[in-house]
Amino acid sequence: MTAAGVIESPVASAIEASRRSRAGALIGYLPVGFPSLDESIDAAVALVENGVDVLELGIPYSDPVMDGPVIQKATQASLDAGFRLRDAFTAVEKIRARVDAPVLLMTYWNPVVQYGVARFADDLRSAGGAGLITPDLTVDSGADWLTESDRTGLDRVFLAAPTSTEERLRLAVENSRGFVYTVSTMGTTGARAELGLAAEKLVGRLRSVGSTSACVGIGVSTADQIADILGYADGAIVGSALVRALAEDGVDGVARLAAQLATGTGR
Amino acid sequence: MTIDSSPTHLRDETGPFFGEFGGRFMPESLIAALDELSAAYDDAKADPEFHRELAELHRTYTGRPSIITEVPRFAEHAGGARILLKREDLNHTGSHKICNVLGQALIAKRIGKTRLIAETGAGQHGVATATAAALFGMECVVYMGEVDTERQALNVARMRLLGAEVIPVTTGTRTLKDALNEAFRDWVANVENTHYLLGTVAGPHPFPVMVRDFVKIIGEEARQQVIDMTGALPDAVVACVGGGSNAIGIFHAFLDDPDVALHGYEAGGDGVDTLRHAASITMGRPGVLHGSRSIMLQDEDGQTVDSHSISAGLDYPGVGPEHAWLASIGRATYTPVTDAAAMQAFRLLCQTEGIIPAIESAHALAGAIQLGRTLGEKATILINLSGRGDKDVETAGAYFGVLDAGAGA
Repeated sequence: MTAAGVIESPVASAIEASRRSRAGALIGYLPVGFPSLDESIDAAVALVENGVDVLELGIPYSDPVMDGPVIQKATQASLDAGFRLRDAFTAVEKIRARVDAPVLLMTYWNPVVQYGVARFADDLRSAGGAGLITPDLTVDSGADWLTESDRTGLDRVFLAAPTSTEERLRLAVENSRGFVYTVSTMGTTGARAELGLAAEKLVGRLRSVGSTSACVGIGVSTADQIADILGYADGAIVGSALVRALAEDGVDGVARLAAQLATGTGR
Repeated sequence: MTIDSSPTHLRDETGPFFGEFGGRFMPESLIAALDELSAAYDDAKADPEFHRELAELHRTYTGRPSIITEVPRFAEHAGGARILLKREDLNHTGSHKICNVLGQALIAKRIGKTRLIAETGAGQHGVATATAAALFGMECVVYMGEVDTERQALNVARMRLLGAEVIPVTTGTRTLKDALNEAFRDWVANVENTHYLLGTVAGPHPFPVMVRDFVKIIGEEARQQVIDMTGALPDAVVACVGGGSNAIGIFHAFLDDPDVALHGYEAGGDGVDTLRHAASITMGRPGVLHGSRSIMLQDEDGQTVDSHSISAGLDYPGVGPEHAWLASIGRATYTPVTDAAAMQAFRLLCQTEGIIPAIESAHALAGAIQLGRTLGEKATILINLSGRGDKDVETAGAYFGVLDAGAGA
């Protein structure tokens, strides 16, 4: 048993609970500070009140290579409005004071390096955060994050891609805590009409190397896609579609979309 | 085989790390492609046929070896030091970039990729990539910051004439760093048939090492040429540094010659006491950008800071990890040169020697003027003249006010 298995994970527990009561978990992404810090907090709370089981809060970054145009535009607006890293901890703390769902931060690696990996882990823990999703940090480059997340008991979500070898899938499964972020398709974030069979095949490969918590993201935007994904995976992750709803129709709009997406989980 | 006990074989570094710098910080989706590239490169490196093919291309297509030109009239302004230019400006496509591009294009062919993508700042790397794509019959897409497509319009036209698609990048700061981001995004989506032909010694492993190996021919030729000309090694080797490919290209052969000083000149823009510069090593600090740990311009939170240089090719807030390492161990010295100093050196070379340099390379010329005055007339300084200035005629013409009304912008 690896260290990842002995520390209790709030995210894994939430996903498991959704598996018992419904088809699986709905994980919702929004960037911190868009359109403002307060509205991003209100929007995140609204997601949970409308059926999102786990929150993924994005830390805006100047060079987001995994993100498509919708999220790039929102995170750039947040940066232009003066986003600071400490705002992410404020957001986690305020959201956790209002709703019970676990909150992960999604961050590119350099902001964590500059803040200090240990200090970042401590402050995220103090704010009530559950852990990190690291799109540009893989297990083999993340020795210091493995150490600090074990020390603080934080979750760590690594990515698995359709092109990952068996050996690398095993590495992601054995070292992730919370879930493995299953990249549905080769490309950046953004809604796609068709998801194809790659995600289902990849979840199958992850299962065969021992994954008990695989959630599918990238391109997911409708309740039907979510229902389909939850037929083989433990959770579905929606990002760009929520960000677009927030941009176009505000907090009420993103709340309505969350409620509609949640029907895909059997709510 | 004898075992040398000397600890200083700086030339032997093959990554992924150079000291604490380098590595591979990339989305999982690209790891398989990077592994495939590493394996293909190792395979090619061990294959004499690959080296023969690349050498033949350089002889019959690039025009190698490039010559050395001594520039005594220019040198009068540099303390009388003996100044030698390594003429990479005379390569086919007009800069050192072709060396890396032909090497990587051959690798791409070996692994069956049919589409080349590239980022470009000044357009020199984009032109070189478009050239190789035409030569090998491959599809080519070049990402270029929208700001750069405006100031290097001539190179945009050259790429299109060569059959490449040029995509202006409108995200972020709309310059070179954002062009890299877009190229990575394209690669994630199209990795099956596409090779990302990265244009400098930055990015995730194996790029810094592989690109270095393809450009180090510059210094290997020059080292022998200088010995043949002068009977000795130069006292100093000088190059401009953006991402750092031309600099590592000429430095590398001299890394284990401790008496040869290595000087890199970064883009000082309006001055490093302003916010408008691209002097990454001088003013930056360690961090992770574009897939490797190096030194970069960033704010307290690790957000990349906008860079500025009159030279699009040096307008990059980071630098390759091998340079960060050479700076950290004191083997090479990196100094900023302002836009104004670079432009004065640009004009000086034009008017004393009849050579129009790229504005990038003019930073090295300006650095050499300062260095020559320090070293005195007994010194020999080797400068990498990394590119020619045809692409910069409009910028320089406007800067010096020599465009006739109606002829310019």
